[in-house]
Amino acid sequence: MTADPMVVGPGAAKPTRTGYDKRLDQGTLAQLIADAQAITDRYPDPRSGLLPMLHLVQSVDGYVSRDGILFCAERLGITAAEVSAVATFYTQYKRHPNGKYTVGVCTNTLCAVMGGDAIFDELADHLGVGHDETTDDGAITLERVECNAACDYAPVVMVNWEFFDNQTPASATALADRLRAGEDVAPTRGAASVCSFKQMSRVLAGFSDGRADEDTGTGDPTLAGLRIARERGWTAPDAAAAPAEEAAPVAQTAPKTGEAGSSAARKPTTPSDTQPEGKPGTPEAKPDAGKGGQS
Amino acid sequence: MTLTPILTDTWDAERSWKLSTYEAAGGYDGLRAALAMEPGAVVQAVKDSGLRGRGGAGFPTGMKWGFLPPPDGGPRYLVVNADESEPGTCKDIPLMLTSPQHLIEGVIITSYAIGCHHAFIYVRGEVLHVYRRLLAAVEEAYAAGYLGKDVLGTGYDLEVTVHAGAGAYICGEETALLDSLEGLRGQPRLKPPFPAVAGLYARPTVVNNVESIASVPGIIKNGADWFAAMGTEKSQGHGLFSLSGHVQRPGQYEAPLGVTLRELLDLAGGMREGHELKFWTPGGSSTPIFTADQLDTPLDYESVGAAGSMLGTRALQIFDETVCVVRAVSRWTDFYAHESCGKCTPCREGTYWMKQVLHRLETGEGTDGDMDLLLDLCDNILGRAFCALGDGATSPVTSSIKLFRDEYQAHVDGHGCPFDPSAAALFLYTPKSARTPALAGAGGHR
Ligand SMILES: Cc1cc2nc3c(=O)[nH]c(=O)nc-3n(C[C@H](O)[C@H](O)[C@H](O)COP(=O)(O)O)c2cc1C
Ligand code: SF4
Ligand code: FES
Repeated sequence: MTADPMVVGPGAAKPTRTGYDKRLDQGTLAQLIADAQAITDRYPDPRSGLLPMLHLVQSVDGYVSRDGILFCAERLGITAAEVSAVATFYTQYKRHPNGKYTVGVCTNTLCAVMGGDAIFDELADHLGVGHDETTDDGAITLERVECNAACDYAPVVMVNWEFFDNQTPASATALADRLRAGEDVAPTRGAASVCSFKQMSRVLAGFSDGRADEDTGTGDPTLAGLRIARERGWTAPDAAAAPAEEAAPVAQTAPKTGEAGSSAARKPTTPSDTQPEGKPGTPEAKPDAGKGGQS
Repeated sequence: MTLTPILTDTWDAERSWKLSTYEAAGGYDGLRAALAMEPGAVVQAVKDSGLRGRGGAGFPTGMKWGFLPPPDGGPRYLVVNADESEPGTCKDIPLMLTSPQHLIEGVIITSYAIGCHHAFIYVRGEVLHVYRRLLAAVEEAYAAGYLGKDVLGTGYDLEVTVHAGAGAYICGEETALLDSLEGLRGQPRLKPPFPAVAGLYARPTVVNNVESIASVPGIIKNGADWFAAMGTEKSQGHGLFSLSGHVQRPGQYEAPLGVTLRELLDLAGGMREGHELKFWTPGGSSTPIFTADQLDTPLDYESVGAAGSMLGTRALQIFDETVCVVRAVSRWTDFYAHESCGKCTPCREGTYWMKQVLHRLETGEGTDGDMDLLLDLCDNILGRAFCALGDGATSPVTSSIKLFRDEYQAHVDGHGCPFDPSAAALFLYTPKSARTPALAGAGGHR
């Protein structure tokens, strides 16, 4: 696939059909055009810049506006319909002006059962809005979101795609109140404070905001295994000490009953624990490459 | 079994994400070793290590690299799949947030090995700080001479672009990812041709998962034998096992492949106090569910396959007896219906209908024939869908009906769900509504 080479860049003074000409002052428009150019310059084919460019127009308008679609089309030399087809495919591109903060409650299975459903219901009641609706003051757009790769911190709430881990209905409504009151809020893992939807969109367009070194801490679940390894003095095998022949099946390295880490050293979890020996699966080669189980 | 902190080893360091922290712990030794080798020898080392793809399918990584046609003078690409969205999967995101240089070093070694001069990292757009960290990690690597023109004075050039997606699970499927990276709707391509032959911009392309690529520096630094000595005979090396749900200490546990859930649960402090294991996913929601019967199944590709599921992404979502299996499966099905890209009929229509049937079971309007109807729908999707999303959507449905048919029947007979949803939550509350309807719509993402 190739997009037609197009005339872009600050020098491209030909009149545009986008409302940006009238709506944005000259400096802002020039900057936007330069940013769009910087985006397309990252790729061998400029068309690859469309997703970041849509994030960029969201950083100007707070959603993918008609002007934004025309702007992308013009920068890439494609039709507005082609841009729309892409913009409507992805959930992060908003069709209506978004609130200053997207508050996304994970209601995929694991978070939902651990409390995400209750959090969503409470927030919806508290804010008086449903999924993909914005509060009257324009502060919050409430959303249900899918698994956000933080299941070990369930139930999870995302504010402008920063992590708020281990939430409760009370913590989530308090969070929403602070956002509406214009206070700074800090995620549990992320930058020192949550930025606005527009600022976030600019970062997602690939323009650094210099905040990567801010940190509110690495959470306990992230470090769960590492801490145990440290306590027990477990490390990766020594590089030198790995003889070529010893690609040992796990049975040989499994702890003996009674050793720390063996199944005998823990309290029963299920009825079958109190019965003798479960049956280990038979290691039969049946790789099913290409099917299922993908992240 | 002991845990093997390798990718996780620097995660507890001060400012763990910084290049200097990574270098102080021996980071970039692997790159120096690789640059002293012939590219073909790097590919061979990864083949010898037995590393298999950590993104779900478990395809041998070195072999995949070996599928690239001989150089023809044109560009070849490495695209890292950092879209992590399979429900339950939560390993790549903490890795990139906490130790992004691990991935960057892997990207450079892999690019060198396959003759790539422009690599891409496609990260899902819904993780702002991870994206910031990746952008900064790439900047640091350029400044240190690991990236750009003449990497470490070797004459090898490499550019890396970090690209944010915009919210679509299907973009984790490698060919949909490539379309998305080309600025199109993320819909899968017909294979063959495979990406190795015609991938990004129709050029030879390697697509690998974050954890696969991050495992490469260790292999080059410590040797293929070192890696292969961990794990089982056919599932070698270390992997991140992500425990979530009703366990005392959910989180990331890095262990040799072949560890069992019993061993991992033991490390995680067991189940939630006073509760029992009911069902779990070994590799994310697209892998058939297990019960306590598989507590001792070695978590390697072969054993999990022989036990009727798939190792997938080692996303161990653990549910205790308070959880209604119909509710769990219904919500996963909402997910597949929402994320179905709409390209093929079995998946687009099938996930939609499964969702309707599961909703009516949940609300007490199910009929005696609904379980067979669901199985019939699955039959019409599995093997007939254009990509593995459709197949994956059938896994929770078929496996749960097989294991918990009585529970489905109880929804029909009792005209509703017999479970109290608040019992499964981590806090006390009074449910406001019988069920929270999830995201609407199939065949698109709205
Ligand atoms: C619906 C779907 C979603 C997927 N999502 C991901 C993902 O988020 N990350 C990933 O690495 N692989 C994902 N995969 C698997 C990729 O298609 C591909 O197999 C993988 O990136 C190859 O890398 P690996 O060999 O290193 O595992 C997904 C597959 C499907 C069908
Ligand atoms: S199986 Fe589903 S996601 Fe895959 S191509 Fe068909 S409709 Fe799209
Ligand atoms: S299910 Fe909520 S983050 Fe995974």
